[in-house]
Amino acid sequence: MLIKIEQEQSIRKTVADPKIQKAVYSATARLKEKRSEVVSPEALPEYQELREQAHRIKRHAMENLDYYLEQFEKNLTAHGGKLIYARDGNEVADFILNLAKERGVNMLVKSKSMTTEEIHLNERLEHHKLETVETDLGEYIIQLAGDRPYHIVAPAVHMTRQDVGEVLTRTLHVERSDVPEEQAKIARVTLREKFLAAGIGISGANFLVADSGAVTIVENEGNARLCTTAPKIHIAVAGMEKIIPRAQDLAVFLKLLGRSGTGQLLTVYTSFLSGPRRAGEVDGPEEFYVVLMDNGRTKLLADAEKRESLFCIRCGACLNACPVYRKIGGHNYPGAYSGPIGAIITPQYAGVAKDPWLPFASSLCGACAEVCPVKIDIPKILLSLRREVAEDNAGEAGSPMERTAFRMFAWVMRRPKLYALGARIAGKFAGLPGLTSFGPAAKWGSTREVPRPAAKSFRDQWRDRRKGAR
Amino acid sequence: MPGRVSLFVTCVVDQVFPRAGMAMAEVIGGLGYEVEFREAQTCCGQPAFNSGYHKEAAEVAEHFIRTFRDATDYIVVPSGSCTSMITHHFRDLFPPGSSLREETEYLAPRVFEFTQFLTQVAKVEDVGARWDGVVTYHDSCHALRELKIKDAPRLLLRNVKGLELREMGAAEECCGFGGTFSIKFPEVSGGMARTKIESILATGASTVVSIDSSCLMQLQGAIDRVKAPLRTVHLAEILASR
Repeated sequence: MLIKIEQEQSIRKTVADPKIQKAVYSATARLKEKRSEVVSPEALPEYQELREQAHRIKRHAMENLDYYLEQFEKNLTAHGGKLIYARDGNEVADFILNLAKERGVNMLVKSKSMTTEEIHLNERLEHHKLETVETDLGEYIIQLAGDRPYHIVAPAVHMTRQDVGEVLTRTLHVERSDVPEEQAKIARVTLREKFLAAGIGISGANFLVADSGAVTIVENEGNARLCTTAPKIHIAVAGMEKIIPRAQDLAVFLKLLGRSGTGQLLTVYTSFLSGPRRAGEVDGPEEFYVVLMDNGRTKLLADAEKRESLFCIRCGACLNACPVYRKIGGHNYPGAYSGPIGAIITPQYAGVAKDPWLPFASSLCGACAEVCPVKIDIPKILLSLRREVAEDNAGEAGSPMERTAFRMFAWVMRRPKLYALGARIAGKFAGLPGLTSFGPAAKWGSTREVPRPAAKSFRDQWRDRRKGAR
Repeated sequence: MPGRVSLFVTCVVDQVFPRAGMAMAEVIGGLGYEVEFREAQTCCGQPAFNSGYHKEAAEVAEHFIRTFRDATDYIVVPSGSCTSMITHHFRDLFPPGSSLREETEYLAPRVFEFTQFLTQVAKVEDVGARWDGVVTYHDSCHALRELKIKDAPRLLLRNVKGLELREMGAAEECCGFGGTFSIKFPEVSGGMARTKIESILATGASTVVSIDSSCLMQLQGAIDRVKAPLRTVHLAEILASR
């Protein structure tokens, strides 16, 4: 398992930063607490049943994706919408850039979307002088700060209200306020103008409903609703795994998503969007596009063992539950997705050799799988990825030294007498100074005292006792 | 005689915490079981399995199976993590239909973590122990989430005379051990232990109890480093004390 020095240093820095530690631990604790209240057996007796159902629906949808994609396209087209297939981020950006050029659009607004974070859409568009404005408050602050999201549902979770006040003052030249309500008001005034002036609104999608050709978006601020209705053109960018078969399946997913993510029974707004404005309707966009993105997903779909990584509904519950995320924070994860779900998705999109350390950054405690609303067996997938790294014989990702060590381990563990002898010798030398200053003992010893073998092992004590009894 | 128990004491207990193994033997023996220890036993193979080395893990698992295949009645383990390795993960190491897979399926139902054995097999909730002091219980992850052990250790602790059990806020949060994780990411692992220690200290308890020695090794190491006024004890030792 190789990890770059800079990556190790960055993790160490985050763990040693009391401000970040406090902000992230307390925010995730709040979200964790709120979630467990609303999914308790008293509050939601059918919770476990719902998780099971959600898992089964997603499995069915992924295993029959070709069928449901076709159905989705047919229904979307019947409403006047258009489906665009994009293989990767380049194709998504090209489509948007071309459309903007054709329609003479030079500014667009965006609602929160992890899929567009995944492909760095904003940078791509800004690079072509297309002004792109995030309208979710957290995302807007992050954009103004030149930062990237720290958490799947709470992008600015690492920033204090003072940090936010500073960013708003510096970038918008407004009077400094550290009161969250006033900060929201400042953002609202600025963003309102953007909504009205934007030629295109870009959103993500929480679900693509095949039987109704509809895009479902959940949110709390109303900005997604404005993004998808105020501008003349709406483009929803979605990963192809967002497909669910039927509108009635939403009864399962909507119950789980708000509860798991923020502890809400439902988010404040739930929008069902199925095509552009029709004759006689007073609002809605004139053009409606759904860009369906692959970007590595079909590769994942082909892998029966790890396919369930695609079931994720991006609630963020696994981040809040994860003791490792809560220590290392969101920015130490490569890619847009942090936490346990990021640790299994990112290596599958990019290949394990790119960041081979990622699947190992887990104590395999299982807290993530316990809270996952669609029952993704995250620890099992982490183990599978670790196996890929360990068995990477090309040597890119795996460590020859570690491999030798585990071969020796297995060899000794099949030879009990050798094991016992080795242990006895190790016990004799354990107390020697200097022995803990290199190798694994030194790593352990950097943050904890190194355990010392007992003077007499269990097997030796047991033998003595039996001798005594005779 | 109610039956025969073969102890699998795990490598960590054998080498670092033999007193926990001796205590377990004492408690089980005290209930009238015939207790044996097979000297050919070594490790369950979990370190290799969790690091991605399936072939090596399978070799060690095979050794375990050969050692215990004819152990009659029960195999009892002073660790939730090692128990879960045997009962939940051994089967992933051998292809379906292979003889070792079949032997695993035959062996697994007879393997019990210590408190599972006491409450489910021996059906005791009070072993007649006495231990004076205030303790808090740390849920080890694999015991809690894979074996669903939550109430049994608490029930056994509550029935110990002189002992007061206080729940900590972060009882179910990982101690940070995680096998090789603890040396691959020492700062993160150590940080997780410190968070746990803060939660333990907040209860006012002087002792933290677990059914997994590896968690105790991790916590004791961190406790000694920060010089917290705490000690770690395996549940078996409390149940064996009179």
